[in-house]
Amino acid sequence: MLKTIIERLLQGIVVIFFLLTLTFILIRMIPGNPLTDEKAMSPQVLKENMKIYKLDKSYPVQYVYYWKSLFQGEMGISIKKKQPVLKIIKQSFPVSVIIGICGMLIAIGIGIPAGIIAALKHNSLIDNSAMLFALVGISIPSFVIGPLLAKSVATNVPFLKVAGWGDPFDWILPSVTLGLGTAAYLARITRAGMLDILSQDFIRTAQAKGVSQKNIIIKHALKGGLVPAITFVGPAFAMLITGSFVVETIFQVPGMGQHFVNSVNDRDYFLIQGMVLLFGVLIVTVNLAADVLLTYLNPRLRT
Amino acid sequence: MKIEQGNSLWSDAWLRLKKNRMALISLWVLVFIFAACFVLPATPLIKDSLAQNLSNSFAPPSAEHWLGTDKLGRDLLSRILNGGQVSLLVGLIATVISIIIGVIYGAISGYNGGKLDAVMMRIVDVLYGLPFLILVILLSIVISTTAKKYESDLIVFLPEGVVNLMVNILPLCLTIGILGWYTMARVVRSQVLSSKKLEYVEAAVSLGLTHKNILFKQILPNQLGPIIVYTTLTIPGFILTEATLSFLGVGVQPPNSSWGIMLNEGANYMETKPMLLVLPSLVFAATLLCLNFLGDGLRDALDPKASKD
Repeated sequence: MLKTIIERLLQGIVVIFFLLTLTFILIRMIPGNPLTDEKAMSPQVLKENMKIYKLDKSYPVQYVYYWKSLFQGEMGISIKKKQPVLKIIKQSFPVSVIIGICGMLIAIGIGIPAGIIAALKHNSLIDNSAMLFALVGISIPSFVIGPLLAKSVATNVPFLKVAGWGDPFDWILPSVTLGLGTAAYLARITRAGMLDILSQDFIRTAQAKGVSQKNIIIKHALKGGLVPAITFVGPAFAMLITGSFVVETIFQVPGMGQHFVNSVNDRDYFLIQGMVLLFGVLIVTVNLAADVLLTYLNPRLRT
Repeated sequence: MKIEQGNSLWSDAWLRLKKNRMALISLWVLVFIFAACFVLPATPLIKDSLAQNLSNSFAPPSAEHWLGTDKLGRDLLSRILNGGQVSLLVGLIATVISIIIGVIYGAISGYNGGKLDAVMMRIVDVLYGLPFLILVILLSIVISTTAKKYESDLIVFLPEGVVNLMVNILPLCLTIGILGWYTMARVVRSQVLSSKKLEYVEAAVSLGLTHKNILFKQILPNQLGPIIVYTTLTIPGFILTEATLSFLGVGVQPPNSSWGIMLNEGANYMETKPMLLVLPSLVFAATLLCLNFLGDGLRDALDPKASKD
């Protein structure tokens, strides 16, 4: 078990290293640099500024500087916003995480029970309609659901707003918008996993020795049946946290999403690098947690 | 005397698919949507999607504009159809690119096995861990700004439409295709891995066929089922990716239209002119839903053993 965790941890570090390097290369492949759009700058000032941000150095040198400063806990300054990257991230990251986590909770809260019930009532009307809804949920993207929810719900419920980010009530619509698609995926995966387990011999054995249906489900089926769903939760969270870009745009939420798109358009190197680092660490951590939970649930994975 | 023909895998699959009513309906709806998007705009029935008429903005449906007009007085129906062309084209071309990469990568990995397989699959594991949307945004800006640099060179000897396609649409297809092949590689690899021990491969080896021949002429054609199923399920995902990028403003650029752009614009006037959001949403969602239904149906038809998930 410990070996698996260490292996996964190493793989996570490789993922983050690869992600940061790829980001570093990609943003420097975009023509121009963070200072090219500032028209008011005289050549002299431009040169000075290039020096301050070390943009006058060659890319390999910049790359070495980047890692050096990163290990000193320094993320640099957003060239466009003239603010430390860390400060911008401190303001916007919690917002994205709140939406991501609430969205995930909604997805799990709807998707897994729906999948279990559909599997238990296999081929019934409930099963078929749940799966129809799931396919519809997968096919309708958040930027269709979001505006429709805002129009139909927010205008009719007094404490919900169409856009903005003030009190916790404002968390509801963005999180629901974000979570519904993932809930649909989870329902399908949970149902398939449960059906697979319920058709196995040890369930029939349990039935034969007279274990109650309730105990069979809770004590025998759930543990194995939820494995595919939990495997999906890790990647799903990555999808959700980046999917919040879209939701933040719809509901005008001050998270990382808009900063990210803007900073890429502005070639704001240090801000992009800082945000990608954060996303990378977050995603790797969640995947690691999901893996640990999986090895706990599935003894065959323990080595 | 009449000789009874045996059923091939494909005719069996077609019979099973025909029994799946939802999949069959989806197939016909898709044929209709594709025909409408690619054929209708060429006929005089449909107006020019770029023709603006500012004095006629937000017009209600009329004999002239069947679905009304948008803010710039452009015909909504023709915008939906032309936007559909772009969205469907991006989805299809990106899928083709990702399948070519994925199939070749997965086939080589699975056929070789051993250390090479382990390394190649570990690389896929790492790539899987990268946040897709972030890389898509970065790479699409890199590729499209690079393509724009050559626009003025290309316009000299190529027609405008072709240049527009190469500069504005193809970079997006490339981006999505380059980043979207991992699952295909895994699917093909596991298929090849399990079938390379089968007797027909042994027969091919004993006949002295080259490895390349065995892999691409013997093994891969036998994996067409799973490849087709997964392809059908990939297209809606990629159409969705294009729409997400265009919605965020880093995909297709105006005046080119795509369903993502229309949904973005529609969301702005949601309060006063909901039809600008609702109509493109309906066509968009219907397309994705039908593709998913068809993919599910094909999976049940071509691979009855596979569980529904």
